[in-house]
Amino acid sequence: MTLIATQSLTKTYGGRVTALADLTVAVEPGIIGLVGANGAGKSTLIKILLGLIAPTSGQVSVLGIDPTADPAAVRARVGYMPEHDCLPPDLSAAELVTHLGRMSGLPRTAARERASEALRHVGLYEERYRPVGGYSTGMKQRVKLAQALVHDPDLLLLDEPTNGLDPAGRDAMLALVHRIGTEFGISVLVCSHLLGEVERICDTLVAIDGGRLLRADHISAMTSATDVLAVEVSEGTEELAARLAALDLPVAREGRLLLVPLADDGTYDLILGAVAELDLPLHRLDQRRHRVAELFATRELTHA
Amino acid sequence: MPEPSTAAVRSAPTGVIHDIGYQRYQGPRLGRRHVFGALYLHGLRTTFGFGRSVKAKIFPWLVVGIVTLVAVALAAVRSQIGEPVATYAQFADNMSWLVIFFVAVAAPELVSRDLHSGVLPLYFSRPLPRNDYALAKLLALVTALWLLLGGPQLVMFLGAAFTTKDGMKGVWNELLDLLPGLLYAGLWAVVFASIGLLVASLTGKRAFAAGGVVAVFLMTTPIVGVLSILPSRTANELAGLASPPTLVRGTGIWSLGDLLVEDGQAGLSIGGFGPVYALAAVLLVAGATALLLARYRKVAS
Repeated sequence: MTLIATQSLTKTYGGRVTALADLTVAVEPGIIGLVGANGAGKSTLIKILLGLIAPTSGQVSVLGIDPTADPAAVRARVGYMPEHDCLPPDLSAAELVTHLGRMSGLPRTAARERASEALRHVGLYEERYRPVGGYSTGMKQRVKLAQALVHDPDLLLLDEPTNGLDPAGRDAMLALVHRIGTEFGISVLVCSHLLGEVERICDTLVAIDGGRLLRADHISAMTSATDVLAVEVSEGTEELAARLAALDLPVAREGRLLLVPLADDGTYDLILGAVAELDLPLHRLDQRRHRVAELFATRELTHA
Repeated sequence: MPEPSTAAVRSAPTGVIHDIGYQRYQGPRLGRRHVFGALYLHGLRTTFGFGRSVKAKIFPWLVVGIVTLVAVALAAVRSQIGEPVATYAQFADNMSWLVIFFVAVAAPELVSRDLHSGVLPLYFSRPLPRNDYALAKLLALVTALWLLLGGPQLVMFLGAAFTTKDGMKGVWNELLDLLPGLLYAGLWAVVFASIGLLVASLTGKRAFAAGGVVAVFLMTTPIVGVLSILPSRTANELAGLASPPTLVRGTGIWSLGDLLVEDGQAGLSIGGFGPVYALAAVLLVAGATALLLARYRKVAS
């Protein structure tokens, strides 16, 4: 079953500002990373998926339901964690999440039970009875996640869940999101402007820029390219490139760096041998983690 | 018979905490009516400070205390002199300033707080339609105001019913006086709640909202004053339309007559324009509610 599908989805504000332009994408259940710079249209897409705003044109379906036609049916099965601060400071987390559970249609006792379960799953225990106003940013993010989880949705829409968190908090939040996606059996759409973050946890990556789709694919398909070695010599870069090419190594130039695909450990020896033979001052030789970011970067370059 | 070895006993699990992991919810999911009801009750509790801090309870219960005290005093005096000091409707009239202050505190508590904390996206990303949110809040405030005025009327009624000298007939007559009084309290509640909530929904700052509510009710009073001294009888008789409290009073005078004003008593004179007052009240409530719903179609999207 397709989790989310859009067809030529376009949203313009006031006819001038284009938030989404002709976006066509289909993703399967799992953990989906939605990446893009600020203003790329991530939040607009989420709001359209929730049926909060109507697209200017194009079709959209979430869990097989059209949110423009039946927003209530979509929202009943979706949990949403907004990007911005949205917690009343004078309520306790337990009260707030219970109340929002009831707003999702849970009976009173079920709402209370599910609220403490959801808060427990995000790692809030005794502190859930204290007013939210005194919570740290990390705890507030957890409450926001718990309220999205309280009614046991089939899909979570998380808008920048790591916003404002320190590195340890980011790791904890990402681990939590990963657990929800893998152990809880709930599909998750994670929005972020930090590609390095979401690529660690998601199965599928959707990248948008300026409201247009850059690429959507399984993360495995994106990272299957071989790793590369970056070689930098203080002088004689040209000679080294020529020598390596003579050794049947496909060399690419990137500024002052030479990039050589890493076939096996023998590649190291070949490069080191070439550098030694030419007697060049080797500045650095390191293996690059082939991050998805580079795929997008080169792709954008080829487009330009 | 072989004894069970102590090692086997020790290794048998006795008090192990199992993390049963995430449980999917299989129970019932209630429909729109139940969600509306839950939000309505939540709102009603909020207006009286239930489920809130002690600070939030002070003002509502101060007002409740005052109106109840007045009602008890009226009932006591009446039982002594055997003559009603104020009718039920007059009681509601005289308490109008307290109602205004109650609205000025309760309406921002109901809507401005949600606007300020940005919690609305959490509501609107759930199945609940936006109109339901606004209407549940409105209904909660109407109920709160009606209880605020109707509760003390009930106290007065009980006082009168227990001290009547005419037996069951006296109680019955008293009841016939009470019911229009409760209806009149309902009119106050509907008019004040719809305007108060509309004003409060315009800002997330509670202080501004409270000031705005009081201002709307206060600032219009001088207009009534000016109109009522103009050298035109028609202008004088229509003067009450300019301000919500006098509009309600005018509608009351038209519909209740001597239950609200005794003959020859100076006060608001509406002449033959009673139906105009009633129509204006209906339009005012309908207009304020329509604007409130329009406001919530725009906000937080």
